[in-house]
Amino acid sequence: MADLSSNFAGIKSPNPFWVASGPPSNTAYQTHRAFEAGWGGLVWKTIGTPIVNVASRYSALNFGNQRMIGFNNIELISDRAPETNFLEIAEVKKRWPNHAVIASLMVETREEWREFVKRAADCGADGIELNYGCPHGMCERGMGSAVGQQPEVAERITSWVMETATSPVIVKLTPNITDITAAARAAKRAGANAISLINTINSITNVNLDTFVPEPTVAGLSSHGGYCGPAVKPIALNMVQCCAADPKVALPISGIGGVANWRDAAEFIALGATNVQVCTAIMHYGFRIVQDMNEGLSTYLDSKGMQSLEELVGKSVRNVNEWKDLDLNFQRVARIEYDKCIGCNLCYIACEDGAHQCIDLVAPESIGVDLGPGRVPHKVLPKIREDDCVGCNLCSLVCPVHNCITMVEIKNDKPRMSWSELQDRVARGEMKPIPPHP
Amino acid sequence: MSFKPLLPIEAITANMADLHLPLRPQEAIVEADRCLYCFDAPCIAACPTGIDVPGFIKKIAARNEVGAAKTILTANILGASCARVCPTKVLCEGACVLHDRDQKPIEIGRLQRFATDYVSERKISVLKPPATKNGIAIAVIGAGPAGLGCAAELAQLGYSVTVFEKEKLPGGLNTYGIALYKMTPAFSLEEIELVKSLGVQIQCGVNIGKDKSIADMEREFKAIFVAIGLGAGNRLGIPGEDLPQVVDALTFIKRLHSEPLNSVAVGERVVVIGCGNTAVDSVTQSIRLGAKQVSVVYRRGQNEMSAYDFEYAHAKHDGATFLFHCMPLEVVASGGHVSGIKLVKTKVNAAGNLEAVAGSEWIEPCDMIVKAVGQEKQVPFLKKLFPTLAMNKRGGIVTDALTGATSLPHVFTGGDCSNAGREVVNAVGEGKKAAHGIHQFVTKKQPEFPMQHSRMGHKAGASGSGLLHPIRAHELEAALAKRLSAQGKANK
Repeated sequence: MADLSSNFAGIKSPNPFWVASGPPSNTAYQTHRAFEAGWGGLVWKTIGTPIVNVASRYSALNFGNQRMIGFNNIELISDRAPETNFLEIAEVKKRWPNHAVIASLMVETREEWREFVKRAADCGADGIELNYGCPHGMCERGMGSAVGQQPEVAERITSWVMETATSPVIVKLTPNITDITAAARAAKRAGANAISLINTINSITNVNLDTFVPEPTVAGLSSHGGYCGPAVKPIALNMVQCCAADPKVALPISGIGGVANWRDAAEFIALGATNVQVCTAIMHYGFRIVQDMNEGLSTYLDSKGMQSLEELVGKSVRNVNEWKDLDLNFQRVARIEYDKCIGCNLCYIACEDGAHQCIDLVAPESIGVDLGPGRVPHKVLPKIREDDCVGCNLCSLVCPVHNCITMVEIKNDKPRMSWSELQDRVARGEMKPIPPHP
Repeated sequence: MSFKPLLPIEAITANMADLHLPLRPQEAIVEADRCLYCFDAPCIAACPTGIDVPGFIKKIAARNEVGAAKTILTANILGASCARVCPTKVLCEGACVLHDRDQKPIEIGRLQRFATDYVSERKISVLKPPATKNGIAIAVIGAGPAGLGCAAELAQLGYSVTVFEKEKLPGGLNTYGIALYKMTPAFSLEEIELVKSLGVQIQCGVNIGKDKSIADMEREFKAIFVAIGLGAGNRLGIPGEDLPQVVDALTFIKRLHSEPLNSVAVGERVVVIGCGNTAVDSVTQSIRLGAKQVSVVYRRGQNEMSAYDFEYAHAKHDGATFLFHCMPLEVVASGGHVSGIKLVKTKVNAAGNLEAVAGSEWIEPCDMIVKAVGQEKQVPFLKKLFPTLAMNKRGGIVTDALTGATSLPHVFTGGDCSNAGREVVNAVGEGKKAAHGIHQFVTKKQPEFPMQHSRMGHKAGASGSGLLHPIRAHELEAALAKRLSAQGKANK
């Protein structure tokens, strides 16, 4: 079995799966349950300035029969007294000395930051996460994403923290910013030990078409909520990779955003995260989901012959490049396996109306298929015109049957040639420029 | 008859309740969301009225129930009854691609019922007659599914349509001939209100040829659509057949539809002759009335029966016994009352014909016999009405499959009298096609069949055009069996 033990910026935990700061990490009771279920660490729900919460607080985006593909919230930081939270952290650390417990903090003034950093250290927290991300409520008071969206402010506050911090400091980044690396570099300049991303994204999930008030509704009004859940994973992966690939960031990354199973976690880690944090999936299904994460990731590492997690970290970072470096001469076409085709024609209509018109519907007899797919005698079936296929992937993406449409590389004798190479060769006079469109 | 009811009325009524329960709203949305939204979907190709099935299902998923009902009823005016009586397992649902994904097909019939019930329960009208009529009168003979399908389509094209029906109530087999657990007469009549709302006049109790002559009709109407269905049940031609306890299957079912349920006579031991879908209806209805033992007698084997496999399974599930490869010789009576039926085994001889196996006779005890051996063709009646109308060898009217045209230019046809007996949905589709045929005859323009959005339509031959090139349910059933056996071999 591969070793899942994790060392994130000096913070050790039995595995790389941490409960993210949020409703599941609100109390010692929940933390005990999380660790009993198998989570390796937990970032406490943000401790800070006194607040009052509202009802209601959450809403969701459903898609088809899948509930909560996206989720948003307008809940603020912990509504419990800091004393209670710090006391409970101390209690948890006593019982779970080998698990990571991180204190997430959000206060306003330099004095407050210094005081809270010290109290976090005193209660035995293994590290501190600075919440510069919440896009709702707290930002209106100059905290949360109001900090994260201004790299120079974030840098200043982080440097206040670093003056006092005795344990690793993680800066949590907001995605509600044009260039995530600007915020990540600011954390680095201020001396932070790590970054975690992404926090939630500004959102409105839906509008009630009877009342015309979006959810979550509070006495006839709604507010912009922080968006998370499976639907945000691609955005999170993109930002994690951007930070991992940036030499001016060079900090350990805790990946957050839509992680629901071991595969999601492995993807984050391959794109440069050292560990992952999970919240929405726990809010949906409970702490028990970590069992699959531990088993699945371990089995996967074994299957790849990897002894430890470190071997996976960042394996995909360099496989994402700028578009201008992609090979313009690479060719790929779609192929349909008729034994698997069920005759839904979704590939046909997607290509016809939504892409490049490279699929025909033909009689099954004409391509030697007996009783065509779709079980109706003589029903037409899709046939790809490979000469016209641009290899866009769309048909294979809409196909509801696994591996029925595969994308196949077509070898050609053209040398590798990217856009930037092309420009270079044109500049050197070795090639003619691409003629203008007629 | 001298039978007394075998069960109290409450028990019979409970027994006759819906076989398939309606979907609740949440169930409907979950089911609708399973649909892949195929393009030019096989379910459309398998629907003889060409309903845009994925189109209406996606509307249900988006909670646009009214739009879903409009999609259904535009294609099939009797979409609500077809949702209940169609053999969906061998039509739309049999064609569903999810079979090939090793999943249960979408419950298209129940979703169709959900959408059509939604608008009928709320009295929402989704179809509107055209604002102006073209002033041309068309006659329809027979208010069964074909006649109603034709009349509704013609009315929507602007014609003034009068339907003549010989029975007291309109609806044909929809009102008089469907197993009660599938659909009640009251439901059929309510559905016909939709046809009337389009401006169609229906005159019941009119015998064409007696109460009204064809010559009169030809004067009053520009064209005539003939949809008189089939005739009375075929006779067995054996001694004792006229005893009161020997009844025709359709007569038996018609009584269930027009008389109090506890007054419909049924035996304790019933023998049903024949093995089609009407035979199965007779079996299941007898059992629901309280019959203790029901046997089906069929001269050939299970592979030859015309009942669908799922109907056969239903009868078996209800406890029926099937006596294959035997045929009736005579009805045995005692004291003027049926006491049994003399049967003999059959075999196929060298010439390929069925013959009785001498010496294999036995008497199957029973106190009631239901004959379900098909219906008489209407050749003599049709010849009387239209002496020069061309008939085919199967006893149906020679018909152009796309337009319903016959050998007489002003006469069109569809339904059982043309196709010699198919499903309700075939009749509706043929009526609809004939309406466009009539429109073509009147206007001399090429017919334009309504095409729905997720279809290729007739441009791609058999593809997508369930209306224009309907697949026979048995053809689909056979294709599926072939495919399954090929898969079975591949898996070995």
